[in-house]
Amino acid sequence: MNNLILINVLRFFVLILLQVLVFNSFEFLRFLNPAIYILFVFLFPIRKDRTIFLVSSFFLGLFIDFFSNSGGINAASILLIAYLRIYVINFLHRNREFDFVLFHPRSLSFGKMVSYVGILTFIHQFVFYLLSNFSFHNFLNLLTKITISTIFTTILLVLSILLFEKKTK
Amino acid sequence: MRFIVYILLKYKFFLIFLLLESIALIFTIQSHSYHKSHFVNSANAITGGIYEQTATIEEFFVLKKENQNLANENARLKNIIARISAEKDTTNFTMVDSIYYQEYKYTVAKVVNNQYTRKNNYLTIDKGSNQGIGEDMAVVNSLGVIGITKDVGSNHATVLSILNSNSKIHAKLKNSSHYGTLLWNGESYTTAQLTDIPRQAKFGIGDTIITGGRSLLFPEGIPIGIVKDFEYDNNKYEKIDISLFNDMSALSYVDVITNLNKKELEQLEERSNDNE
Repeated sequence: MNNLILINVLRFFVLILLQVLVFNSFEFLRFLNPAIYILFVFLFPIRKDRTIFLVSSFFLGLFIDFFSNSGGINAASILLIAYLRIYVINFLHRNREFDFVLFHPRSLSFGKMVSYVGILTFIHQFVFYLLSNFSFHNFLNLLTKITISTIFTTILLVLSILLFEKKTK
Repeated sequence: MRFIVYILLKYKFFLIFLLLESIALIFTIQSHSYHKSHFVNSANAITGGIYEQTATIEEFFVLKKENQNLANENARLKNIIARISAEKDTTNFTMVDSIYYQEYKYTVAKVVNNQYTRKNNYLTIDKGSNQGIGEDMAVVNSLGVIGITKDVGSNHATVLSILNSNSKIHAKLKNSSHYGTLLWNGESYTTAQLTDIPRQAKFGIGDTIITGGRSLLFPEGIPIGIVKDFEYDNNKYEKIDISLFNDMSALSYVDVITNLNKKELEQLEERSNDNE
């Protein structure tokens, strides 16, 4: 149990530094900044009491905002997907009962894992770009950006889950 | 009352979410206002400190480029100084010569090969005739004199180092304007020798030696070194050791000086020699 706390605290800080120092200077196609830090949401253990999860997700986003001078954009978008996570998982399990304490992305089938990551990433990117643009002006262009960025970030997140997380049954 | 507590407990997570989300949105709205100071910014000690640290690391990787930039900047500034002093000197002339507006031009070059252990040492620099380098041009850096260009290829040139037995550089004492010649006896790469100093010249250990103004190659006043040691025998200076300012074993970027008046001065000298 202590091990689990330590891993998540470590992941919290490593992801901040990774996002701020590496991925924020990554400017593919001039707008693409893959949001690696939302990996935190996917890997945080599921518990009945979600207070710690919501608060830590919020602060993770806020710290990223501090670094990138972006107000509360990252905090708002990561908090939303942190809140919606359990509903997405329930949806993917077709509301069947499951042991959520043992839940882990690697325990899902590949297709389900991609949709789990993809849906939440899309919501995150949608809110993120909407708040950073702060208007619906040129909405079509914005949607293209959101789509490309979602695809890119999803691939990155799925790859990191596959690479760095052990397979569980 | 019990009902309110029940509602609070039932929608606890939603309320937490709502509270934090509104804080985030307030920050976002605030950040879109130009007039309010932003609470969320990277100018604080933690984020600033981390950025500074990474900048130091990044800087390390671009040191080479940065060095090049500084050397270029230096050459540009020296060009400006040369032009300003040329402008000041125009009070002596009735006509401003637009071609020789500045007397010296500085070109940055990188030392790609450096010798300092032999008797006749040469440097190789990465600029040649394509970059306007010619024979017999002065080579200096910010610390002092390095040598004179010898053979010039299209993109490289060799430099006769002051650590060469053939090197003769016009030098003078900074304080007393007595002239002499800088030579090298081939012993130590930190020390050169000054000769032909008239016996009435007075100086002490630690006095600075600079280039003289009578040279066609070097601008006046480029530092060379300080007097390390001297012998005064038979009413004349026998041997004056000069400790060089430059560490000749560690040269990177140098400036090659083009004297734009050189041709004119040479022609004048030739003509007066012919008249005699």
